[in-house]
Amino acid sequence: MNHQLSARKVGKADWRLPAPQPLASRASRSDRRAGAFFMVAVAGVLVLACILALESELALAGTLVAAGGLWWWGLRAGIIAEAGAFSDRRPWAARLVVAGAATVLLIAFHGEHYALLMISTVLLFAAACAGINIQTGLTGLANFAGAAFFACGGYTLAVLAKSTALPHFLAILAGGVVAAAIGAVLLLPVLRTRGYYSALVTIAFGILCSSFLQVNEQLGGAQGLQVPPLTILGWDMGSGFEVAGREVSFYFAYGLLALAVFLLSSLVAHAIEWSAIGVNLDATRSDELVGSTFGINPQRWKITAFLLGNFLIGIAGAVYAGLTNFVSPAGATFEQSLLLISIVILGGIGNSWGSLIAAVLVILLPEKLHSLQEYRVLIFSVFVVAVLLFRPKGLVPRRMRDFSVMEKRP
Amino acid sequence: MEISFAFQHLVNFLMLGLIYSIVAVGFSLYFGVVDVVQFAHGDVVALGGYAGLAGILLAVAAGATGVGPVLGMIVLAVLATGAVGALIGRYLVMPLRQASPINVLLITLMTGTAIREALRLFVPGGSNPSPFPMVLPDQLMTFGGVSMRVSSLVIMAAGVLAIFGTHFLLSRTRLGLAVRGVAQDEETARFMGINFKQVVILTFVLGSCLGALAGVMSGLYYRQVMFNMGLMLGVIGFCAAVVGGLGSLMGAVVGGFLFSGLQILATVALPIPSAYKDVFAFAMMICIIAVRPTGLLRERFEERV
Repeated sequence: MNHQLSARKVGKADWRLPAPQPLASRASRSDRRAGAFFMVAVAGVLVLACILALESELALAGTLVAAGGLWWWGLRAGIIAEAGAFSDRRPWAARLVVAGAATVLLIAFHGEHYALLMISTVLLFAAACAGINIQTGLTGLANFAGAAFFACGGYTLAVLAKSTALPHFLAILAGGVVAAAIGAVLLLPVLRTRGYYSALVTIAFGILCSSFLQVNEQLGGAQGLQVPPLTILGWDMGSGFEVAGREVSFYFAYGLLALAVFLLSSLVAHAIEWSAIGVNLDATRSDELVGSTFGINPQRWKITAFLLGNFLIGIAGAVYAGLTNFVSPAGATFEQSLLLISIVILGGIGNSWGSLIAAVLVILLPEKLHSLQEYRVLIFSVFVVAVLLFRPKGLVPRRMRDFSVMEKRP
Repeated sequence: MEISFAFQHLVNFLMLGLIYSIVAVGFSLYFGVVDVVQFAHGDVVALGGYAGLAGILLAVAAGATGVGPVLGMIVLAVLATGAVGALIGRYLVMPLRQASPINVLLITLMTGTAIREALRLFVPGGSNPSPFPMVLPDQLMTFGGVSMRVSSLVIMAAGVLAIFGTHFLLSRTRLGLAVRGVAQDEETARFMGINFKQVVILTFVLGSCLGALAGVMSGLYYRQVMFNMGLMLGVIGFCAAVVGGLGSLMGAVVGGFLFSGLQILATVALPIPSAYKDVFAFAMMICIIAVRPTGLLRERFEERV
């Protein structure tokens, strides 16, 4: 059990108010944090660019070792912690930096379909994981059917885009709504059970969903459904374009869309975590009984978290269906759900930046390391077991919320 | 014609129910003792199937006939799964007893995935189903218009025997007493001089051997083993154990037969395509859990603050 709320060790002098600090030092600390976050973002973009651009496996391995070394150094030097503090205090600014970094990456690879596809995939999986984070990380509701809800969004978009004239933007939103609505059917068993019993409900539902999609003829059976190229806000995303005489892949627009989805999801997750809702969700996870004696209604917050999380997963799934042009039951299997929840746990449960890093590790790396392609699932599963055994809080553990030192926005 | 069909479904129901029950008993045993769900159990079942196959092939290669291959099958399957089960119990589950259910589920699920992938990659021809030779007498017995293979009867008898054997072991022997003691209260059991670690490992060995039996039974019944057969068997077994009530032997058996009954019912009696039988069975299981959140046979939730 990790009690985020109460785990902070109360030192001897902790009850005293911190001494007021001169303004200048506060400002310089804030600058340092911003600098740290910026550095981490730049380093991340460089590493990603290397991973995407390099073809030789030796060079890739070198990049990985270098990235690992950088990460270790950043941890030791406190840069990672400072960057985390920055993203806690200035969520909008942090997302802007990441948006800028991702845009730079997209522009750098503007002509390469494959690299853009990979970037978009990573962003969308990280977006879906933000939804799972709200359910599993904050509220403690294990969702082992993530891929099923992901596919629900995709199928909704496919059906709506094929048989209605609904604007695609609305169809994507509808994907989220349908995923949440299907999740609502599960609410009764999920609310009444706990622990392993509750996990069983989502596991059984995930398997049910993928078998259903496998055999349902209206939804294309095992072949799945085609998704026509999307048109978002009047922009035809199915064709590339030229800027100043250079070919730009049509995946570029999808990359921007995926980036927007990721940023919105992670903002929602952040807003939830840092609001009174987040405190309620944490209380629900840490100890339902104690929480309810403090007037918290655990059922209500479980419902909120489950529906909201599925909504975010469904939206990411719908955009992913648009990105890959089709949906099939292969995307809804139990293994895929495991992949999603592994990303959440690997990254650090409850931390949406961690999901982004873990998504890179889990999705991008196996695509690039061709000689290990055959063994990817084996290596991946052993890796997850090792992380869970030796670093159960994940690569980037969730930071303690500290409302008392929130900086006032100008 | 009609009656022979019905009988065929009955045999199918009993056979599947037994296999599911034995898998579910494994889940229940583990949960009873360490309050942890060991989700790699399904893949231990598949491993048992493959080890049994290897045992048969080895025995045949060594020139054994008659009961030789059967013995080889049993010995190798029990040894392989027992060892893997002991390792999982000692090094994965014991350190994680206090961890959150999500972490435990994920770590054992991933261990299962590793076993599954290892079977696929390292068994020759592992990504396709491997044929499972019939080592039992296989004549067709006919009486009164219905027919049944001797092998099916033998497999069923072995399954029933295993379940009753486990029940006897748990309720009548000193080891069973120790297991039940640990299941009831670990600390008190330790005070009474029970070697906790040993009991846990023995439980995992026992559960894994039951898994091996289920794997071999499934291999003999379907005449093939497949690297990913453990995933579905594991999910169904877990489902059965939970619906019956985790930690209860009878509950696991009830859950197992309930699931196979639902599958057969969907195939035979309901006006839906038989492809939907798993969808129907899982949906019903979710409904049962919604109505009885702690399983059919167990009401053991008390709040401790």
